[in-house]
Amino acid sequence: MIDVISIYKTFYVPHEVKALVDVSNKIEAGEVVVVIGPSGSGKSTFLRCLNRLETAESGKILVDGVDIFDPKTNINTVRAEMGMVFQSFNLYPHLTVQGNVNLAQKLVRKRPKKEREEKTRMLLEKVGISAKAKAWPSNLSGGQQQRVAIARALAMDPKIMLFDEPTSALDPEMIGEVLEVMKTLAKEGMTMVCVTHEMGFAREVADRVIFMDEGMIVEEGTPEKFYKNPSHDRTKLFLKQIL
Amino acid sequence: MNQGRQKTSSAGLFSKAINMEQNVSNIKRLSSPIAYILSVCGFFVLLFMVIGSVYYATVAVDYQWRWFKVPKYFMYKSTITLYAEGFGEIDTIAANKDKYDITVTTDAGERTYTVPEGTFDWTEGDMVSPGDIIASYEGGWQPGILAKGLWVTLKISFIATIFGILLGIIGGVARVSNTPVLKWSAMAYVEVIRGSPLLVQIMIFYFVLGTTMNKILMMNGIPKLDAEWYGIMALSVFTGAYVVEIVRAGIEAIHPGQVEAARSSGMTYFQCMFHIILPQALKTILPPLAGQFINLIKDSSLLGMISIRELTKATREGITTSLQTFELWILCAILYLLMTFTLSMCVQYLERRTATK
Repeated sequence: MIDVISIYKTFYVPHEVKALVDVSNKIEAGEVVVVIGPSGSGKSTFLRCLNRLETAESGKILVDGVDIFDPKTNINTVRAEMGMVFQSFNLYPHLTVQGNVNLAQKLVRKRPKKEREEKTRMLLEKVGISAKAKAWPSNLSGGQQQRVAIARALAMDPKIMLFDEPTSALDPEMIGEVLEVMKTLAKEGMTMVCVTHEMGFAREVADRVIFMDEGMIVEEGTPEKFYKNPSHDRTKLFLKQIL
Repeated sequence: MNQGRQKTSSAGLFSKAINMEQNVSNIKRLSSPIAYILSVCGFFVLLFMVIGSVYYATVAVDYQWRWFKVPKYFMYKSTITLYAEGFGEIDTIAANKDKYDITVTTDAGERTYTVPEGTFDWTEGDMVSPGDIIASYEGGWQPGILAKGLWVTLKISFIATIFGILLGIIGGVARVSNTPVLKWSAMAYVEVIRGSPLLVQIMIFYFVLGTTMNKILMMNGIPKLDAEWYGIMALSVFTGAYVVEIVRAGIEAIHPGQVEAARSSGMTYFQCMFHIILPQALKTILPPLAGQFINLIKDSSLLGMISIRELTKATREGITTSLQTFELWILCAILYLLMTFTLSMCVQYLERRTATK
């Protein structure tokens, strides 16, 4: 589904950092991939390259065979098929909860009013927040906001969901409710790429774990093999530190 | 502790007023209620001293205050006087409902005047000469020169505000875009307009642009534009340049995560701009925007230079006929103050309403 072919990315501001070095990977439909790694290892950059929020300097990313770094590609149609959830939720503060979920359906999918409102109602129910449909984002807790953000991404009927540390900005007691929603999604067969530190989540639902360090994919494998029996010293050290 | 103080203090109301004003920080300087009251009194003493000394000075130079003469500059009862146009005679005087029709035949032709009863002193067959008063009577209430000037100022400011906002938003969006043609145009516009005095711009708009454009319009058989429209153009273009910078700052203050969220859901740049960024930016730029439009109302006073009779020019003309210099200039200032104050109140109301979200 997504074919990452040898991408490189370097940041020059504030100082030169090699964020991605020769990263290649293949994400199949229906797969749940968890990307872990220390801070600054390039895992968020990797995720943001998948829908061209960052552009790679060299290399290719093919999404369903479409080269997204080709200037001739209409990136908006590609992005419409990829939902993204951010660490800081990024709900639109000037719209209500249902307004947040409705907007892209209206502008991008051009759904008629009735249809999109029905979809919104259904999704808010799914993430367990239908009682707050008319509330403003600023009146919700972090966990509630993140669940609305997931509903907003799902409203586009994406083929793939990208999660950029969705639980890192949450208070501990709210992490569970967001992970529950993500687990449900995974069980429904959604293709997911998650950058997260939630080892429990990775163990339970991931098909594959990718460990990145210094812009490179150091090791990847099934969760069992990865957690029980890592082959690299760097992976062992990282797991020792976080577990 | 704060609550206790409010309840026990004899000037609870006053300390509440202090608390309401301090929305910057909760750190308070504790002062006794008596000191607060004294301080309030001090303000009024200062105010009366300023007004009193101005009044004393005018008395000292023997200025005659005639405020009673001022109302007629807002509304006055007009007098209508009809004059004969040539040599001739009164033909007929016939009753027409509660009025009279006077038909006069002169060497300039035959004319019929309809006048109220008791406003003329003629009988049929009387001879008239040019300049003879046929009738003189009171017309209705007419707006005075200050009222007309106030209306012109309000109209010009309103239209220029709308065009200024449009220009500013278009320019602001162009300013933050990556396309050189848009970005550089917006930058050039802002730098050129902000770098020269408004008065000079008004002159250029009227004498350079106005002259050429009116000539071109006339050559194509289109009626030429009034000075008022060139004035509105100059004010809108001037204000727009400042609004561009305000809008740019507002857009740049929006968290980049908002753009990422919108673009990652497949919205185009412009959809993101008009549905996500601008609605949020407009809320934050409301206060500086209001300041800009208050300036616009005040700057419209310069338009008198191109013979637009707005409030300031109307005041000047009123003074040349009445010689009530002090009253009319003070009044003029108060009228501007009323307009700007109303505007800033409206904006404060808007701010409070949008702040609740």
